[in-house]
Amino acid sequence: MYEQINENKRNTILLVLFFSVFVALLSWVLGEVWFQGGGTLGIILGIFFLIIFIAINYFAGDKIVLGISGAKEVQKQDYPYLFNLIDGLSIAAGIPKPKAFVINDTALNAFATGRDPEHSSIVVTTGILQKLNREELEGVIAHEMSHIKNYDIRLMMMVVVLVGLSALLSDILLRSVLWGRHDKKGGQMQIIMLVGGVVLAILTPIVAMVIKMAISRQREYLADASAGMLTRNPRGLANALKKISEDKEILEAANKATSHLYIDNPLKNRKGMMDGLFSTHPPILERIKRLEAL
Amino acid sequence: MKLIELIGIIILFGLAIFLVWLVLAYNGFVQLKNRIENAWSQIDVQLKRRFDLVPNLMETVKGYAKHEKETFKMVTEARALITKAKGVKEQGEAENMLSGALKSIFAVSEAYPELKANKNFLMLQEELSGIESKIAYTRQFYNDEVLKYNTKTEVLPNSLIAGIFGFNKKEYFEIEETAREPVKVKF
Repeated sequence: MYEQINENKRNTILLVLFFSVFVALLSWVLGEVWFQGGGTLGIILGIFFLIIFIAINYFAGDKIVLGISGAKEVQKQDYPYLFNLIDGLSIAAGIPKPKAFVINDTALNAFATGRDPEHSSIVVTTGILQKLNREELEGVIAHEMSHIKNYDIRLMMMVVVLVGLSALLSDILLRSVLWGRHDKKGGQMQIIMLVGGVVLAILTPIVAMVIKMAISRQREYLADASAGMLTRNPRGLANALKKISEDKEILEAANKATSHLYIDNPLKNRKGMMDGLFSTHPPILERIKRLEAL
Repeated sequence: MKLIELIGIIILFGLAIFLVWLVLAYNGFVQLKNRIENAWSQIDVQLKRRFDLVPNLMETVKGYAKHEKETFKMVTEARALITKAKGVKEQGEAENMLSGALKSIFAVSEAYPELKANKNFLMLQEELSGIESKIAYTRQFYNDEVLKYNTKTEVLPNSLIAGIFGFNKKEYFEIEETAREPVKVKF
């Protein structure tokens, strides 16, 4: 378990470094394209914004995610049932109590966010509170508790912002290459650079997406397994996943940027050839099968 | 540099590394030991909360189900035993009795629809079943930590430190499986 946590912290740092390189490259090309020979300025600006982005994300990312998801913090007297489950499982996991949030939506879903166990929140929909029994909801909360304990929440929050930022930069680059003014006397060097920049701009978001999905899917399996360990009852979570997969309702408050945080894909779009590569969540049947084998 | 100096430096280095390791390993033991003790006191906190809620529950249930004297007697006796219990084992048995008695109360209450509709009763039922599962989880956490600690006292090289400083193996909390089941709650 401690190896898991260290691996996650390491991955977070690697991810940040990896994207820093991409952002540096992209902003260098942008600088060269916008101001002739302004590559260095581009890198400085790019890294500057990256650091600001990461800092904002690290300290306020959870509040932003909670805000756009329409989650409201709730008190014990209104949701004693939810609080008892969260209290019990945080004792079992040996971490401080996360804050409890509720999304007023009949869709069945839940997620956890924050930067570490001391600053974490668990979010559930009113639908999941009503439709799951105690044992099943316990499994779901245990799954989220594992995400918190393993520092998945920190890793996934960084993923959201870095993927978003690299997509944004690539977009700016592509647009300025396509519609920007071109110097006819630029010469061969500039053309090579432009082509390189375009390739980079196209590749970055794709690589970023694949990384995001791969990390996310692996974390889901792990959180399922540790949830089984916490409750000593993998069946509860397995049954919950069954109910969640049978529910076809879309959670309106979720979007592409936050979908990978949820216990199951809230957008319910599982079609197409690229499903395996781009899906943020492993197939639910496979997850149930693994839980039942525990 | 003379050979003797070189050897001296190497020995000093080795000694420094050894000391750092010693401190880290020792602190590791202390940390685990404190976590275990904390977990143990947490169990008591939950048991105390349950103990305090029981009279409240009894009042509410008596208002609707006057004739269940046998069940009430069980609860009162278990509660009395807890106050008199000496030692961990005796207390554990008394707490188990209370768990069983509470289960019968909730089983009996199934027959009284008016009681089951009482807001106060529902709140107490939720609170008590929450405590029941927290007790189970605290015990589970306690055992998990004891497992880590005991493994540490046995594997080399930590076992040497455990031997020198007297970090002895701790006992697991053992209990019959029935007590692990939380009180059934229906909504």
